[in-house]
Amino acid sequence: MKQTTLLKVASQNIVKNKMRTLLTMLGIVIGVGAVIVMVAVGNGAQTMIQQQISSLGTNLIIVMPGSGQIGGASQGAGTFNKLTVDDADKLKRDATLLSGVSPVVSTRAQVIGGKGNWRTTINGVSTDYLTIRDWSVSSGELFTDADVKSGRKVAVIGATVAANLFPDQDPVGAQIQIGHVPFQVIGVLAAKGQNAGGQDQDDVIIMPSTTAQNRLSGNIRLGQILASATDANGINAAQEEIKGLMRESHKLSTDGAEDDFTVRNQTEIAAAATSTTKVMSGLLAAIASISLIVGGIGIMNIMLVSVTERTREIGIRMAIGARGSDVLTQFLVESVAMSVLGGVIGLLVGYAGAALLGHFTGWTTATPVSAVAIAVGFSAAVGVFFGYYPARKAAALNPIQALRYE
Amino acid sequence: MSTTHPVIEISGVKKVYAMGANKVYALRGVDLNVSPGEMIAVMGSSGSGKSTLMNILGCLDVPTEGTYSLDGIKVNGMSRNQLADLRNQKLGFVFQGFNLLARTSAIDNVELPLLYDRSGRKLDTRAMAAEALGRVGLGDRMDHQPSELSGGQQQRVAIARALVTTPRLLLADEPTGNLDSRTTVEVMALFQELNDQGITIVLVTHEPDVAQYAKRIVEVRDGHIRRDHPVLNRKRAEDDLKAMIAAHVGEEDDMPATEGAEAA
Repeated sequence: MKQTTLLKVASQNIVKNKMRTLLTMLGIVIGVGAVIVMVAVGNGAQTMIQQQISSLGTNLIIVMPGSGQIGGASQGAGTFNKLTVDDADKLKRDATLLSGVSPVVSTRAQVIGGKGNWRTTINGVSTDYLTIRDWSVSSGELFTDADVKSGRKVAVIGATVAANLFPDQDPVGAQIQIGHVPFQVIGVLAAKGQNAGGQDQDDVIIMPSTTAQNRLSGNIRLGQILASATDANGINAAQEEIKGLMRESHKLSTDGAEDDFTVRNQTEIAAAATSTTKVMSGLLAAIASISLIVGGIGIMNIMLVSVTERTREIGIRMAIGARGSDVLTQFLVESVAMSVLGGVIGLLVGYAGAALLGHFTGWTTATPVSAVAIAVGFSAAVGVFFGYYPARKAAALNPIQALRYE
Repeated sequence: MSTTHPVIEISGVKKVYAMGANKVYALRGVDLNVSPGEMIAVMGSSGSGKSTLMNILGCLDVPTEGTYSLDGIKVNGMSRNQLADLRNQKLGFVFQGFNLLARTSAIDNVELPLLYDRSGRKLDTRAMAAEALGRVGLGDRMDHQPSELSGGQQQRVAIARALVTTPRLLLADEPTGNLDSRTTVEVMALFQELNDQGITIVLVTHEPDVAQYAKRIVEVRDGHIRRDHPVLNRKRAEDDLKAMIAAHVGEEDDMPATEGAEAA
């Protein structure tokens, strides 16, 4: 039989039983739709996390205190913090692959000023900090290298802090008290939003690292050192350079002694986060594809009914010369046509569903183009897989018995 | 197409069905030759084996023993596919229940056998179907569905479907079983007309009246052919039809079939 004839016969039979076809296709529509929505949500989450990680900074490299041991028992990271401003200075001075280095002195303190008080994170940093973090000042200005050197009591406040302390006035020029020490607000940071962990990055105050150490934390150790590699492809090389300089700075012998610091970069953090979401979205798609299988069973069910119902027709076709393979193909084409049609509708439903979900929940959803091919391909495969058994049953009918079937 | 050999050549055909532990002998040794141009009525009561004989003649079944040649081709030992191709090319079927595809127009029904043609010929299937419908006098009903046609018209569509492949043999299984007396005569007139054009016809019937339109009667009983004789005083259906019309005993031509006669 010619392909066009086969398609014609299949479409005739599909149209003859509109309600039944529609209900049967519904299983596939829901299955494919669910897969598309789930893939869109998973993909969206992945994109969002990648965006958040890149919002950490440009080619970011983080140096953190290492772990130490007491009598062979590891005490965990940061137990013996040996990071100092000297390390940061050495990196700044000697590194060739870095475009910026900033120490970070981190502490939390109560801030009083403007309309009330607010507890927030205080980060003492150098002037490179904003470049490294790909951040900017929305009003006012950042402190200068001279301010850092002299330990001037100036602060640049984050957008959240500004909104809480100065809801309806420009904070620039205002006086605030951080842990009983008076500071002058000289700038407000641009809003940056949440980070990958869901923390508000704008709930922060930055000030010269020297001021933070001398006036607030009273600790000469640094929480971390942030650095920015000159070249995105050179992050690993830059990381190695940092390791070497740090070992020099800490006078660790070239043989044996373990690093007393840890260096991590953005890509590592991103990889960890994306692998988590990949597992999640894979899981979601796997659950959704179960409904695709259920839809396929629906098709098989209806095709079996259809074969029984049309036994007489099959007998006629065989009597006038249809081979078993002709009958097989006819029923297969019918089930595949039904499932592919369901797949295409499911695709549209999935796209619409993903858009609606994104609209109402505010999640980022992204449907990859490959989903189209996957949806149509999978539904066709479902049609073949679940249509084969009924079709083979039809093809194996004995024409004499089929003709006599009432 | 050669006409030197018989259309049907059956010798010593036996058919045994295994019903559980029992063996049922449907045919116990049948010999039958049918020459081109013949019109044969196969008669017999139910259980006589005539349906089995019909199935074997129609290449729907194969004999347990004995040989069957259709148009010189030995059917024994053929595969399912070969049998299907043989049915398509050599045979035309007409059934008691018409067996048209429901919700399918007359011309689509008639076209159907041509769609299964595997000879590789390039066929204008549409034109051939239209021509066959014209031959049975339904040229103006091509787009009607079976439910819109009377029983006699449906059977004529079925005959057109049997003719469209120009078969060597037209097999009709109780073709008038579902028809009233006037339509029966009409359909028999069509069979006689086709036979006059040279088409070989084998029809199975249990109505002696209908058998009288054939040229030869073969009576089957208990799996044997009991009688095989030519019809003396063969009736012409056309004449009977004229007589019927003259006597006003005919019924409405367009009366629909009373039995559920179409395929599901």
